[in-house]
Amino acid sequence: MTPQEILDKLTAKFSGVAGIEAKLDNSIDPYIKVSPDHILEVAKFLRDDEETQFDYLSCLSGLDLKGKLGVVYNLFSMAKKHKIALRVEAPTENPTVQSVESIWKTANWHEREAFDLFGINFTGHSDLRRILLPYDWEGYPLRKDYQVPEYYNGMKVPY
Amino acid sequence: MGLLDSQFDNSNIVITSLDNLLNWARLSSLWQMQFGLACCAIEMMAASASNFDMMRFGVIPRATPRQCDVMIVSGTVTLKMASRIKRLYDQMSEPRYVISMGSCSNCGGPYWEHGYHVLKGVDRVIPVDVYVPGCPPRPEALIEGLMKLQEKVRNESLAKKKIA
Repeated sequence: MTPQEILDKLTAKFSGVAGIEAKLDNSIDPYIKVSPDHILEVAKFLRDDEETQFDYLSCLSGLDLKGKLGVVYNLFSMAKKHKIALRVEAPTENPTVQSVESIWKTANWHEREAFDLFGINFTGHSDLRRILLPYDWEGYPLRKDYQVPEYYNGMKVPY
Repeated sequence: MGLLDSQFDNSNIVITSLDNLLNWARLSSLWQMQFGLACCAIEMMAASASNFDMMRFGVIPRATPRQCDVMIVSGTVTLKMASRIKRLYDQMSEPRYVISMGSCSNCGGPYWEHGYHVLKGVDRVIPVDVYVPGCPPRPEALIEGLMKLQEKVRNESLAKKKIA
């Protein structure tokens, strides 16, 4: 299926509910924007639908859009050989996004990484804790406004 | 009866000073702590492999700090790893030595400015004897660093304080 067909399918199913918008020109990978409170049902639909069959989450990444935090889901269908990207955006003050771990198991560690480095809270995640940084780390280093600490556990950090 | 050495002329006895004997023994068997942290570890492994054969200097890789004399810190030291390095260094028995291998463990390397998670030089947590520059250093460079360390050990003395 082309991105346009996938978008039409989603708008038919979730019209007005899931905040679906799309950017499908060829300047970047086409993506469909979904509201953070509906990403779970959209993901479930895309995986289980006979025509889309997105059985594989290639990548899940966090974004800092200054004022908003985003999550991008790159989906691929092994059966149909087509792909699409989903994107959600949430305000930086309260970045809460539904977890898609129950849809694709691989999202577990990917969401932990996005939580670790961007501080995005995934509701419904089974084990949301830092994955790379030490547990006592403060702040989320990949945010644009992150300030490198002077000291960490008595060790000077800047050069 | 003449000098001491002529007294034992024809037997299998060598006369030396205690300093010399100890230093010779130490520098000829610098057992190495396996400490590969990043890409420098690949060069360290190459230095141990047959082409460069670091074992001819008595450098045997050990997997526990209790059996080691020298820790070769080869690679990027993250802040998370730094406390582990400190602990492993503390577990090594004296005399113990540290070779800092590569730009990352010397001074932070390419992460010196934006590496929020990188310790800018392993000498901020443990004392370093020899710095080997390079990114990564070739095995020859590591071997030269090792020979520099051997030189240092050769000039140590029980009576005098260890050269810092």
